Amino acid sequence: MYSFSYQKAKTVADAAKVLAKDGDAKLLAGGQSLIAAMKLRLAHPSAVIDLGTIKELSGIKGDSKAVAIGAMTRHAEVASSAAVKKAIPALASLAGGIGDRMVRNMGTIGGSLANNDPAADYPAAVLALGATIVTNKRKIAADEFFKGMYETALQKGEIITSVSFPVPKRAAYMKFKNPASRYAIVGVFVADSGSGVRVAVTGAAPSVFRVAAMEKALAAKFAPESVANIAVPEKGLNSDLHAKADYRAHLVTVMAKRAVEAAMK
Amino acid sequence: MTVKVSLTVNGKPASAEVEERTLLVNFIRDSLRLTGTHVGCDTAQCGACTIHMNGRAVKSCNMLAMQAEGADLVTIEGIAKADGTLHPMQEAFRQHHGLQCGFCTPGMVMSAIDLVKNFPDPSEELIREQLDGNLCRCTGYHNIVKAIKAASQTMRS
Ligand SMILES: Cc1cc2nc3c(=O)[nH]c(=O)nc-3n(C[C@H](O)[C@H](O)[C@H](O)COP(=O)(O)OP(=O)(O)OC[C@H]3O[C@@H](n4cnc5c(N)ncnc54)[C@H](O)[C@@H]3O)c2cc1C
Ligand code: FES
Ligand code: FES
Repeated sequence: MYSFSYQKAKTVADAAKVLAKDGDAKLLAGGQSLIAAMKLRLAHPSAVIDLGTIKELSGIKGDSKAVAIGAMTRHAEVASSAAVKKAIPALASLAGGIGDRMVRNMGTIGGSLANNDPAADYPAAVLALGATIVTNKRKIAADEFFKGMYETALQKGEIITSVSFPVPKRAAYMKFKNPASRYAIVGVFVADSGSGVRVAVTGAAPSVFRVAAMEKALAAKFAPESVANIAVPEKGLNSDLHAKADYRAHLVTVMAKRAVEAAMK
Repeated sequence: MTVKVSLTVNGKPASAEVEERTLLVNFIRDSLRLTGTHVGCDTAQCGACTIHMNGRAVKSCNMLAMQAEGADLVTIEGIAKADGTLHPMQEAFRQHHGLQCGFCTPGMVMSAIDLVKNFPDPSEELIREQLDGNLCRCTGYHNIVKAIKAASQTMRS
């Protein structure tokens, strides 16, 4: 790891000030992705600004309409939150399936979304539930947030402060895990808001995406057979040593079917 | 540049001058000479470096020492009683032959204590699922799972 200067931010404004001054500075949340990248010298920030001590960034608030999760809230806290389990059980169970227990004790929702790993779990929930990403500058709709592999709509110096999830009528997430890393080879999140259905796929392509054909079929009839014969095109899907594109395309249909089944329970 | 990190380790205050980029596991092993915490992979995959920070299991190879500033850490050296009586989890690993070479064991024990805290009465299936952050190259896991199941019972009573 190259050397860098380290500081703890006291407030979000504090962190933003440092980021504005030093273009090579980076925010540190749980560090589960960033520290690993720094060890590999894939990232070499001049300064690391630790968000760990900013109390206002952590915590969960929920009612019957929406659940707001602070950016520094750890995956383990989301997984065990009574409010999340009650309002959006699919989201709690998604968080409980990220990585392993040690990763879940450190990793945060803000870090995961800012990182936008093609195989990360949270992006599927954010996109399917139509969540809103709140930053120190504005509110970003899920449909506008994910821009490509490791790319988001976040601008330089922009800090995620929380994520607000509308409570769906029913929802479920099914992931076909890479058995070694537990990242999604393919993960499908299906959410029925009551006024429409959204289907988001992670792991399969360079970035999370929606499947319009499945959404339409499920809006007409919310049942596994509605998606059983809908396949996504192989073209543009990831192909690597873990799974070829045709297999990932196949998995999208299988996971979507299972997610619908689970959401109906 | 160096910075000073101060925290509590196994109930006692500890501090040292470290580089900003010093990993927590290196602070524990090199500065504090607590070498029970192992480095198996250094890439956050194997769990050998697992310790408790503020009561939660974390991989000390995948965080900076400075991230633990002010925290309350417990390492494998801190779980037995002062008179040498083993922690129920350690005792169960001993009783059930939950180790062979022992390299993964400190991380396994620390992770397993966190597991049982969260799931006081885990099934065998749940133990296997919840232990997925810890790799063992020797035992084939059967006796580790047995040990954790047994320890969950003694820890409850
Ligand atoms: C062994 C292992 C297995 C894993 N398995 C999975 C898995 O199955 N599924 C999954 O989804 N993920 C998995 N992860 C990744 C994990 O979920 C990370 O926690 C997550 O990707 C990053 O969160 P973090 O809090 O650690 O962020 P960090 O690593 O601290 O930061 C990541 C990036 O986000 C930026 N950032 C952080 N916070 C903010 C903010 N508030 N505003 C703007 N930018 C910010 C940082 O500058 C950095 O560029 C795994 C990680 C490991 C080590
Ligand atoms: S040494 Fe930390 S996880 Fe392997
Ligand atoms: S006992 Fe040898 S690695 Fe687990």
